[in-house]
Amino acid sequence: MVIDEQKMKSLSTKLVQDEVRGRSPWADARKRFIRNKGAMLGLIILVLVSIFAIIGGYFAVWSNEELDFSVMGQVAQMGQPSFANGHYFGTDNLGRDLFARVVQGTQISLMVGVVGAGIAVIVGTLYGATAGYVGGRTDQIMMRTVDILMSIPYMFVLILLLVMFGRSMSMLFLGIGLISWLDMSRIVRGQTLSLKNREFIEAARATGVPAWKIIIRHIVPNLLGVVAVYATLLVPLMILTESFISFLGLGVQEPLTSWGALISEGAGTMNYGTLWQLAFPLFFFVITLFGFFFVGDGLRDALDPKER
Amino acid sequence: MIAFILRRLAVAVPTLLLLIVFSFILMHMAPGGPFTAERALPPQVIANLEAQYGLNDPLWLQIWHYLYNIVVHFDFGPSFVYPDRSVNQLIAAGFPVTLTYGILSFVSAIVLGVSLGVVAAIWHNSWVDYIAVGISIGAQVLPNFVMAPLLVLVLTLWYRLLPGGGWSFSDPSFWIMPVIALATSYMASIARITRSSMLEVLGSNHIRTARAKGMPEYRVIIRHALKPAMLPVISYLGPVFVSMITGSVVIDMYFSTGGIGKAFVDSALNRDYAVMMGVTILVGALTILFNLIVDVLYAWIDPKIRY
Amino acid sequence: MTKLFTTTALLAALALPAYAVQPADGETLADSQTYTYWLLDAIKTLDPAKNTDVEGSDALRSLFEGLMNEDAKGEMVPGVAESYEVSDDQLVYTFKLRDAKWSNGEPVTAGDFAYAWQRVVKPETASEYAWYMELMNVKNATEIVAGDMPAEELGVKAIDDKTLEVTLTKPTPYFVSTLSHASTFPVPRAVVEEFGDNWTQPDHLVGNGAFTLASHNLGVELVMNKNPEYWDADNVLMETVRAVTVNDNNVALTRYQAGELDRVQIPAGQYPRLSEQSPEEAVSVPYGCSYAYVMNLSDKGPEALKDVRVRQAMALGLNREVIVDQVLQGGQKPAYSWTHWAINGFTPPEGGMADMSMEDRIAKAKELLAEAGYGPENPVKVSLQYNTDDSHRLLAIAAQQFWRPLGIEVELNNVEWKVHTDRLQSQDFDVARYAWCADYNEPSTFLDWFRTDGYNSGKWSNAEYDELLAEAATAEDPAPLYQQAEEILAEEMPAIFVYHYAKVEMINPDIKGLPRENLLNTWYAKDLYRVAD
Repeated sequence: MVIDEQKMKSLSTKLVQDEVRGRSPWADARKRFIRNKGAMLGLIILVLVSIFAIIGGYFAVWSNEELDFSVMGQVAQMGQPSFANGHYFGTDNLGRDLFARVVQGTQISLMVGVVGAGIAVIVGTLYGATAGYVGGRTDQIMMRTVDILMSIPYMFVLILLLVMFGRSMSMLFLGIGLISWLDMSRIVRGQTLSLKNREFIEAARATGVPAWKIIIRHIVPNLLGVVAVYATLLVPLMILTESFISFLGLGVQEPLTSWGALISEGAGTMNYGTLWQLAFPLFFFVITLFGFFFVGDGLRDALDPKER
Repeated sequence: MIAFILRRLAVAVPTLLLLIVFSFILMHMAPGGPFTAERALPPQVIANLEAQYGLNDPLWLQIWHYLYNIVVHFDFGPSFVYPDRSVNQLIAAGFPVTLTYGILSFVSAIVLGVSLGVVAAIWHNSWVDYIAVGISIGAQVLPNFVMAPLLVLVLTLWYRLLPGGGWSFSDPSFWIMPVIALATSYMASIARITRSSMLEVLGSNHIRTARAKGMPEYRVIIRHALKPAMLPVISYLGPVFVSMITGSVVIDMYFSTGGIGKAFVDSALNRDYAVMMGVTILVGALTILFNLIVDVLYAWIDPKIRY
Repeated sequence: MTKLFTTTALLAALALPAYAVQPADGETLADSQTYTYWLLDAIKTLDPAKNTDVEGSDALRSLFEGLMNEDAKGEMVPGVAESYEVSDDQLVYTFKLRDAKWSNGEPVTAGDFAYAWQRVVKPETASEYAWYMELMNVKNATEIVAGDMPAEELGVKAIDDKTLEVTLTKPTPYFVSTLSHASTFPVPRAVVEEFGDNWTQPDHLVGNGAFTLASHNLGVELVMNKNPEYWDADNVLMETVRAVTVNDNNVALTRYQAGELDRVQIPAGQYPRLSEQSPEEAVSVPYGCSYAYVMNLSDKGPEALKDVRVRQAMALGLNREVIVDQVLQGGQKPAYSWTHWAINGFTPPEGGMADMSMEDRIAKAKELLAEAGYGPENPVKVSLQYNTDDSHRLLAIAAQQFWRPLGIEVELNNVEWKVHTDRLQSQDFDVARYAWCADYNEPSTFLDWFRTDGYNSGKWSNAEYDELLAEAATAEDPAPLYQQAEEILAEEMPAIFVYHYAKVEMINPDIKGLPRENLLNTWYAKDLYRVAD
């Protein structure tokens, strides 16, 4: 799973051109986005899933860690989804309420996705903008470094990191975020290069504004379009990575859970008459990823319209 | 072009070196060692083991010995956890398997993905398109650790069509499930990328010109649209191949294929330093090689790009 | 030590008839004599000196044969040794070897055994099981492992080709029962020296077992074929044995159901369903391991756990019956003693919490905690460490829930296996899950663990306990001493004993000859045969 780089380049070129013409790309884009049915559907899904994650917990009869002793030991018969005993989504193998666990897993997975993408975007943007703005030798060295880092098998390094520092939330965020800032930095650098010689930047430079201030005040805000699209498309990749890490048993600690952990537990028992344990987390996982893809694509198409 | 390739290869050496040193240090900092066992070994036995494998030398000396043996003897050392085998033997046994189902998956993902994408683009906004988009998004997000046990359940237990696991280089029936499980999500992403870039190309001026000249549609597509539409797909292929190798751990776990994906995860968890280093170097080298091939292909298809 | 075997006579010669495999009346042998069993992970080595795990031992018992074998009940029967004699002082064992051959046709000699045993203790071999020769009390083993003596000084000597003499440091009643262990198997010197580390590869390996190695594909399968050179080959019915690696237990079960495997472990919680569906296939037999939550009582351990009332309360509050009956559900038994209930010569102490109802236990636990100054308002806070595994995870979650209402807040800490072991051994934990498996069928194999100089990861120490065990080693009847030792454990609670293992498996009913009464689950492929449906 990788983001289509070609399109990102085209988008960034487009945004720079618009900037040159002195027209905000955002006003038109909003109209186009609203007209895009897929993207709106995606947005609605994401809003609903977020609402589920935030307030779902208030509807849960059980907490995400309580054991229901009346179900324990006969989950296949007694642990089915039922409104009568408050297990709307059934229970897991130990008799814990799956509804509460899915709510809580959704929180973790969304958080990992958003924070991971956030880290990637921040690091990538600052790095790329710095390289592009400073230019010359620094740029050369920084971009060579990116080339070198690109050749590192990241999943391996992530596994090593989790093995070495132990499993923790912050390590997961950091590890996942660090995986994917490289592409971002390249795109941002390209756009920075074309922004760099624009009048308002030169004006700022002439009045003696320090370089870091120019980057943060003037370059970065003009990259927002690319960054927004990239971040939206990055979130589902982060969620997928997290699910793989959970599958390897290196994810979050019990009693906390995530979609990846729930799905991999459910997949293990799918032939034992407890299919709901797979179905519910998988459903939320799949629709959310759909949502992000649709919104990301829609956002990009809205900002970079092509004749079709 | 040749200068470009040479320059890239020259960068490859420091890259690998960096990777080796980084992983080596990381691995040795991790708690526990290859001989941490449930029954704590007497200190004397541990000392014997460490002396045997040179683990009591300072870290820099270990790295130096390691690099020396690789460069001079092409020897990646003995495995700590599989004492009967050297890392060279383990990789020689596992890598061909991973490579076989990896390449098969890679090729099927490209062929099916591109076809699906092209078909969807040609019949844009028809039911064909909708089905293709539906399939590709659905397939893209279904984790392969769900797909793999599902395949065994359906194809082995319910329909008794295929063996549930194992490996043979001569019997393709062992290859089918690994390839399906590994290729599907990449096939889906390729289909999505192909579809959107094909749509873009089909809407461009030179295609309109070709159509206006009265060229038959299939020739327009094959001769004029396909090649430029492939550009984004190609830039996507390097990372795909590498993540296929990494993702092969799921395949090895569920289908008993004995590839290097499982070997890597195991070696990291077992602190089998030498195997872990060997596989990391191998995958690192493959990543570099594949990125290079992709860049060359890219330049070949799009002569505008100069390096 | 105890007298496991009645070898008190001056010369105890043993010459039992060989144990022959025969189909019972009314059984027809299947045309294809194959047996395929499941392995969770690849077998790490086929070198008897380097093997450390159970799966490796299972394969090695087919490829090699030691001085003694075990029968279906775990009793010792002759292997390569035809008979043996013990000296008056119980220190010298003399084994008479039969005319056995290596798979390359060479005779198996006493020298092969002496070479193999020396190889295990030699520092250059760096065997992780060198300690086994020390457990056997073979003379000079400790000194050789430490590198203070050459390996030739080991107390094992080939008098002639057919006579092997073993000298021990002290009388060791269980000595004979150690001789079926893979570490004591002979190895072919010429082959080992010719091929070095590669000697165990399929085209090199030469063994003296009932089977030869046909292929060994790591992570895929290991295939063994019947060895025509085996001395008792006429009585071996099985032709091919395959060990198939499937890293996922659930998929392995699916493949068993598809007929691809003849034997597979049942995942936690699935035994009741499967035994209802296929009663002839689902099997649960006692298995000589105990599961416990060890508490860190060293200086690095948490203050709260040093209070015996807190430890007692935790032990009382853990609902083992629910764990066994509703989580594991595979015929395991709740543990109130460290020693597995089915171990020979062990009677668990009377009274104690085993006889209390759960309500009483909880009331008592609350009372003890209150006395110690803890309760729901002022909870005991400790972390519970477990290694990555589905059933450890389930148990830890359940334990956390059992303890919470009492005022014991447990933070779950899942780490991978290497980290878990490393922390256990460096006392870097509060409470950690642990399991111990019997090396031999006698209580001291468990009880030695808690000796001050035992493995004892929690660093509990009790002089009286140590004394009792020292006394038991030479006592006529050690059973009451073991019982007293267990009473001390129940009193002091250095660990919470959770359950005693059972081996819960699906076994193809066509496969006959797998032992069901061997507590250590030692089985020999040569004893198996397959009947036609």
